[in-house]
Amino acid sequence: MVTNYQLKRVDFIFRNENDYEDVLSKTIARKPQELINELISSELKGRGGAGFPTGLKWKLSSESKADEKYVICNADEGEPGTFKDREILSKVPFKVLTAMAVCGHVIGAKRGFIYLRGEYKYLKPELEKAISEFAYYCKEIKFDFSIHIFMGSGAYICGEETALFESMEGKRGEPRNKPPYPTNSGYMNKPTVINNVETLAHTFTIFKYGAKRFYDLGVQYSRGSKLFSVSGDTPKPGIYELELGMSLADFVDEFGDGDTKAVQVGGASGFLVPRKKFDVTAIGYQGKLTGISLPTGGSMMLFNSSRSMYNVLDNYLEFFREESCGQCTPCRVGCQQLIKGIKAVKRGEKNAKYLDKLLRLTETMQLTAKCGLGQSVANSFSSIVENFREEMIY
Amino acid sequence: MANKIKLSINGYPIEVNEGTTMLEAANEAGIIVPTLCHHKDLCVAGNCRVCVVEVSGQKRLSAACATPCEEGMEILTNSLKVRNSRKHIIELLLSEHNADCTKCYKNGNCELQKLASEYKIMTQDFIELAPLRKYSIDMYSPSIIKDDSKCIRCQRCVRTCAELQGVNALTVAHKGSEMKITTFFEKSMNAVVCTNCGQCVNHCPTGALVEKNYIEEVWEAIADPTKHVVVQTAPAVRVGLGEELGFEVGTRVTGKMVAALKRLGFDSVLDTDFTADLTIMEEGTELLTRLKKVLVDKDKSVQIPMATSCSPGWIKYIEHMYPEYLDNLSTCKSPQQMFGALVKTYYAKARNLDPERIVSVSVMPCTAKKFEANRPEMHDSGYRDVDYVLTTRELAIMIKQAGINFMKLEDANFDRIMGESTGAAVIFGATGGVMEAALRTAYELVTGREVPFENLNITPVRGMDGVREASVVIDHPLKAWAFLDGVELKCAVAHGLVNAKKVMDAIKKGEANYHFIEFMACPGGCLGGGGQPIPTNPEIRQKRAQAIYAEDAGMPIRKSHENPEVIKIYKDYLGEPLGEKSHHLLHTKYIPRNRY
Repeated sequence: MVTNYQLKRVDFIFRNENDYEDVLSKTIARKPQELINELISSELKGRGGAGFPTGLKWKLSSESKADEKYVICNADEGEPGTFKDREILSKVPFKVLTAMAVCGHVIGAKRGFIYLRGEYKYLKPELEKAISEFAYYCKEIKFDFSIHIFMGSGAYICGEETALFESMEGKRGEPRNKPPYPTNSGYMNKPTVINNVETLAHTFTIFKYGAKRFYDLGVQYSRGSKLFSVSGDTPKPGIYELELGMSLADFVDEFGDGDTKAVQVGGASGFLVPRKKFDVTAIGYQGKLTGISLPTGGSMMLFNSSRSMYNVLDNYLEFFREESCGQCTPCRVGCQQLIKGIKAVKRGEKNAKYLDKLLRLTETMQLTAKCGLGQSVANSFSSIVENFREEMIY
Repeated sequence: MANKIKLSINGYPIEVNEGTTMLEAANEAGIIVPTLCHHKDLCVAGNCRVCVVEVSGQKRLSAACATPCEEGMEILTNSLKVRNSRKHIIELLLSEHNADCTKCYKNGNCELQKLASEYKIMTQDFIELAPLRKYSIDMYSPSIIKDDSKCIRCQRCVRTCAELQGVNALTVAHKGSEMKITTFFEKSMNAVVCTNCGQCVNHCPTGALVEKNYIEEVWEAIADPTKHVVVQTAPAVRVGLGEELGFEVGTRVTGKMVAALKRLGFDSVLDTDFTADLTIMEEGTELLTRLKKVLVDKDKSVQIPMATSCSPGWIKYIEHMYPEYLDNLSTCKSPQQMFGALVKTYYAKARNLDPERIVSVSVMPCTAKKFEANRPEMHDSGYRDVDYVLTTRELAIMIKQAGINFMKLEDANFDRIMGESTGAAVIFGATGGVMEAALRTAYELVTGREVPFENLNITPVRGMDGVREASVVIDHPLKAWAFLDGVELKCAVAHGLVNAKKVMDAIKKGEANYHFIEFMACPGGCLGGGGQPIPTNPEIRQKRAQAIYAEDAGMPIRKSHENPEVIKIYKDYLGEPLGEKSHHLLHTKYIPRNRY
C-alpha cells in the first residue's frame, strides 16, 4: 500500500549549469562499462512511458556487434496531454546533446538523430544552432560524434520506436515485428539506442552527480524524478518535476481544483483513475510492493465533475481510430468497433451488455495487437468503462 | 549446420533449427496454424494477427508467422486464450469485409471465408462497418477488378507488387480506419503503372482483387449458331488446370483439357504452341538478322541485346519503366496475338470461313493477355485478333459449370490446322523456355547441327534463379552465317519483374553485354502466371515446371523448325520468316508510356 508520501518537487532537469563541455569531456574519459554500471545502479527507467531500464538498453546495444550503430533521441512527443520534451529541448538542449554523445561513446555509435515531432518545427532553428555549437566543441576535443535532426510528419504512431525507424528510412510509419529489438536491429537494421528526450536529460544528471543522487529520489522500483505535464481542470497547469512514488491523492491535493472527479494518468494510452481510488494509486513503475502503481510518460489530465466521461472516452477512441497505422486487424478494426460500439450503447441501439463484449474485445486487442498503440487502447477503455459504466449508458 | 533448439508445441517436444518461426515449427510438427497475411512468396508482415499463439509465461500472444522460436518455449496453438482471440480477429475482419459471399467471384476459394467456416462464426455481434463506407469498384482495367469492400488490408498484393514485381502500382495510403490499398493518386488500375500481370490477383486471399472475367461472353458466343468459336490454349495451362479440377499439383492434363474444351462446345480446339513455334522462327531469324546488322554491317540503328516480347506484363513494364529501350524488344507479337491474327486470316481461308463470323478465344495463364488482346494495335487481321481471353481459372469454372467430370474424361487431340506443336513450344510455359527453344532452332539454323546439349536439354537456362546466364560458342557455322564463327552468343533469362529490373539496370549501366535476353513478367514464367490456379507458391511452381519439362521430353518433335504445320504455313501462306506477310501479321510496335 501507498504510505504517506509527500509531494516533493525537485529541480534537476531545467537547472542550467552551462557546463556541458566539462561534463562531456569528463564522462567520455571514463570507460563504457563503468558508465553502463553507473546507469544501471541509478535504476533509471525510460521516461517515454514504457519504463524500460535505460542502463540495460545501453548495455545490450553496446554488446551488439555491428559496423555501424545509432543513437536516436525520440522527440516525437505525441501522447495527448504531454508537453515536457519540447521544454527540455528549448531550455536545456545541451543536456540532451551531451547525453546522446555519451551514449555514442558507450555503445560505439558515431551518429545520432533527433526525431523531432512535425508540430515542433518552430524548435528546429534554435536546436540546429545548439547542435552546430555542440559539433564545434566535439571537433575541438576530437570526439567523433555528429547529431542530425529528422523531422516527423505528424503521425502519432511514429513515436513508436520501430515505426519511427521506418519513418526515418523513408517508409510508411508502421511498427515492425519484434523481435528483433532495436538494440540488435533498429534504424537501418543496425543496433540502435532510442531514448526519450527526458530520459537522456536524466542521464546527464546521473553522469554529472553520480547514480546515488538520482537513486536517492523516489521509491523502490521507481527511482528518481520525473517531469509531469499537468493539464485539464487545474488552477495551475504546467510542467513540474516531481519525485516518483507520490500517491495520486497527494497529487490531486496539490493540483486539483477541489472538485476532481478523475485523473487520466499517462495520456490517451494510459489509465483513468476515479476519485475513490486516488489514495491507493501511486505514480511510478509497476513493482511488487507499490500496490496499484501507474507509469506515465508524464501526462496528467484532471477532470472535474462537469466532465462527461463518455465524451472523454469518445475523444480518446476517435484519436486512436485516426492515429492507428491501420496495418494490424485488432487495432484498425478494433478501434472502429469500440467507438461505434459505445455510440450504439449510448443511443440505445445496443444494450448495456454490449459493453462487456467490447471489454472482451479490448482484452483481445491487448493480447494480439502488433504494437503498443493497439495494446494500450484497452487501458483507457477498460478503466473508463468499468469505473463510469452508468455514464456510458445513460 | 544451424544450431538446433528444443521446445514444445501443444505439449509435444520438437527440435528445430535456430531462427525457425513458430509457424514453421508448428507446420513441422504437423499442426496447422491459420494465416491470412502470410504467403510463402512474400516477406513476413505479421499484420492480420490470425496466427497468434500463446507462449507459456508470456502475457501477450505472439504472431506465429513473425516470431522466432526460442529454446525451451512452450507454445500453445489452440489454448482457450488463443481460440477466443483468434475468433475475435476473424469477427473483426468480417465486420470490415463485404461478406456478401454468395455474390462474390471468389466464393468457395476465399481464405477468409474458409476461416469463418472453420471457426463457425455464426453470428455477427460487431457492428458491420463495410456497408457504412462508400466503396467504389474499379473496373476500368481490362484485366483486373479491384473491390476495396472485400479488402482485408493484409497487404499481400502490396508486397507482391513491390517484392516480386518491383512495380509498386499498389501501395498503402492513409492511416487508421481510413487505411487502404490504392494506387498513385488513387487512380484507376488502368491509368497507373500496373502491368496487369495479375500476381496481386493470384496472391489476394479474398475477392478484393480478381481477374475481369469473360465467361458469359464466351458462353454466349458458343451458343450463337452463326459464330465459329475457336479456342487456343497456352502451354502453361495444361500443367495448371488439373489443380482446379481435383488433380495433384504438377499433373499434365493436356488431353483432358482438349476433350473438355470440345465438350464445352468450341468449334475448334487449337494450340497456342503452334504460334509459339512460329514465334521461334520469327524471333530466331530476327535475332540472327540483328546480329548480322550489328556485327557485319555495323548498323548503328539496330539494337542488341534483343529482348523477347512474349510476356505482355513485361512489355507494359518496359514501356513504362525503360521506354528508351523499346528498340531492343523483338518486334514479334506474342504467340497469343500471332495466333489471333492468323485465325482470322490463314485459318479462315484454309477452312473457308468468313473471318467476321469467327470468335477467337484464348485460354491463358495470364491476366495481362486480356490487356494485350485489347491493345489497339492488335487488329492486323482486319478484326480484333483475339476476342476474349480466359484465364486457367476461368476455364476451370466453365468446365465445372458445364457439369463435366474432368477426371474421367478420355484424352483428346487438338484439331487441325494450327494444332500441331513441339516440345520447344511447350517449354514456353516455363522461365527459360523461350530461350531454350530459340537456341535449339537458331543454333541448328546457323550450324546445321543440333545444340551441343544432351537430349536437347539446355539445362543452364532452366531452374528458378531470378536471373540466369548462359552462352553458346558458335563454331563451324554454315557458309551463310560465317560471320558468326567463333562468336560466343551470350544469353540471359529473367523472370519476375523485380529480376527484369536488375537486368535492365545492368544494361543501363553498361555492365551487361548480352545478345539475347528472355524476360517473363511472372515468377517461374507463365506457369506461375497471374491467371494460374490459386495458390501458387515456390513448391507449386517447381512442380508445374517439372510437368512442363516432362511434357517436352515426351513430345515426338522437340524443335520448332521441325513442326510440320510451321513448315507448311511458310510454304503455303507466309513465305519466309520476316517476310512481308509475317511483317504485317506477326510483328508489332510498342508505345512509350509515362510512369505517372
